[in-house]
Amino acid sequence: MEQVVGERKVRYDARGLVEPDAEIPKISEIDGDKAVFDASGLSIRRINLELRWLLAEVGARDIVVQNPGAKHSIGVGILQRCKIRFEGSLGYFGVGLIDGPEVTITGRVGWSVAENMMAGVVVVEKNAGSLAGAAIRGGDLVVKGDVGARTGIDQKGGTIISGGNAGMMTGFMMQRGRQIICGNVGKGLGDSMYDGVIYIGGKVASLGVDCIEAELTDDDREVLDRKLGYYGIEHPDTFRKFVCAKKLWNYDALEPSERKLVL
Amino acid sequence: MCGIAGVIHKKGPSDIGAEITRMLQAMKHRGPDSTGFALYGEPTDRVVMRIKLADPNAAAEIDFGERLERHRLELEARLGKVGALLDRIEIITEYACRVELDYEGDLKALVDYVEDIPGAEVLSIGHSLEIVKDLGDAVSVAEQYGLSSFRGTHAIGHVRMATESDVDIAGAHPYWAYPFADLAVVHNGQLTNYHQWRRRLEHLGHRFQSECDSEIIAVYLAEQLHNDIPLETAIKQSLDDFDGVFTYVVVTKDSLGVAKDVMAAKPLVLYESDDMVALASEEVAIRSLIDHEIDTYDPYEGEVLVWNR
Repeated sequence: MEQVVGERKVRYDARGLVEPDAEIPKISEIDGDKAVFDASGLSIRRINLELRWLLAEVGARDIVVQNPGAKHSIGVGILQRCKIRFEGSLGYFGVGLIDGPEVTITGRVGWSVAENMMAGVVVVEKNAGSLAGAAIRGGDLVVKGDVGARTGIDQKGGTIISGGNAGMMTGFMMQRGRQIICGNVGKGLGDSMYDGVIYIGGKVASLGVDCIEAELTDDDREVLDRKLGYYGIEHPDTFRKFVCAKKLWNYDALEPSERKLVL
Repeated sequence: MCGIAGVIHKKGPSDIGAEITRMLQAMKHRGPDSTGFALYGEPTDRVVMRIKLADPNAAAEIDFGERLERHRLELEARLGKVGALLDRIEIITEYACRVELDYEGDLKALVDYVEDIPGAEVLSIGHSLEIVKDLGDAVSVAEQYGLSSFRGTHAIGHVRMATESDVDIAGAHPYWAYPFADLAVVHNGQLTNYHQWRRRLEHLGHRFQSECDSEIIAVYLAEQLHNDIPLETAIKQSLDDFDGVFTYVVVTKDSLGVAKDVMAAKPLVLYESDDMVALASEEVAIRSLIDHEIDTYDPYEGEVLVWNR
């Protein structure tokens, strides 16, 4: 596409990836409630259209997507109970804003996987980028390899598990929920966390503001054994527990449910 | 936003022109304004220069064609005057050319003399390095400059979304390190102590071609290498010396190095095999090179890695 920039003609297409006229590819092999399709060569929009068509119109509940090619924003906003298996890697914002599905990703995922998940299970077989499980409210996000920086930033519920190491500012500003990191974590663990609990199996480079170590109880050990056992993740026996010190709790406005507890 | 990419082959040359084009095109959404390449071919005894003869933004002026012709003749005359034997001159676009020289003298003097032609800019100089940058996406720039046939061992590239300066060639990456040959840098981020470092390096006699913060990295590293500090040590030192958020890739005649920013704010994904290393802001760029399933990972904050070809 030619565009005029000033007095010069420059050849590029600045319309981005919107594709308002994209059509549903309808290329899946369908067998009962099972479906398989190859995403190589398809744009992001057309992959998502195919997924939505399978779920909403065909009624498929067990879908395999081959060759997702680390493209961004694949499988977002899916609200049905279903199983989806991605054979390969996803890019940024993979399976964000979901409520219900059980997702398996056989490769790596980019930044912000499963962000804002309400419920469901996301299992990543390899590594994840930064901001994994940003602002999730429920469900389990399980990364079998390493995760990047700021894992579970603004987490409001659910469980995030990493079988490997995690980067800096893990659990930054988390408000509720649980994180289990089997390996080492970078600087600033649990920085500015409001509440919730973080379990670390390896070394902690440094603690963030208002994060302290707490005693690991038998209840904690049971949770760890069950969760990690369920997903078949080998883990050390050296877990430590980190919570909010609540030194920065200077609120004068509480949520209605919290007010009931206090008053 | 911007996107960066790099590829190095450990066991001999490959079609790196086509490879880095594919990687950058896959990240076009990170920056459609301009695209730049730094490519390393087989080292030769000759000096290879890529030169912009005049600012193409002035192309609308009526005597632009005449001026280009005048500048080209002036270039040839000046190369002759400094004792450089012109082996070959290729006019690639109306304003960009590539020259091969037999020249033994001081590169700084050569570059200064060429850039003294008004509007002319040396985009790269070296025995192996060639920098190509222009407006448009990776495929259109690569087509314009015929990069699909470029063979070599390593390359880096950059797609730019202009935020702090104009959409023009001077603001496009990669940057080379005047007056040091064969070193180039692409950068994703912002350096907040740019002016301090620019003053410091200017006091040491360096000169800058642009107003872009990324150029500092190239000159800083070249200065360190010039003082016989190894590349890996120089990159590690830069993490302490620079402020801001920055992930960058640097290439020299033999090596490719990368620094992941200490705030973990700028992305980087890496793939390494026995034969090659490919890295980029996004995995989708690496996937454009490799058709089978691979393992990729994100280096952690403050990590520095260097590979040799």
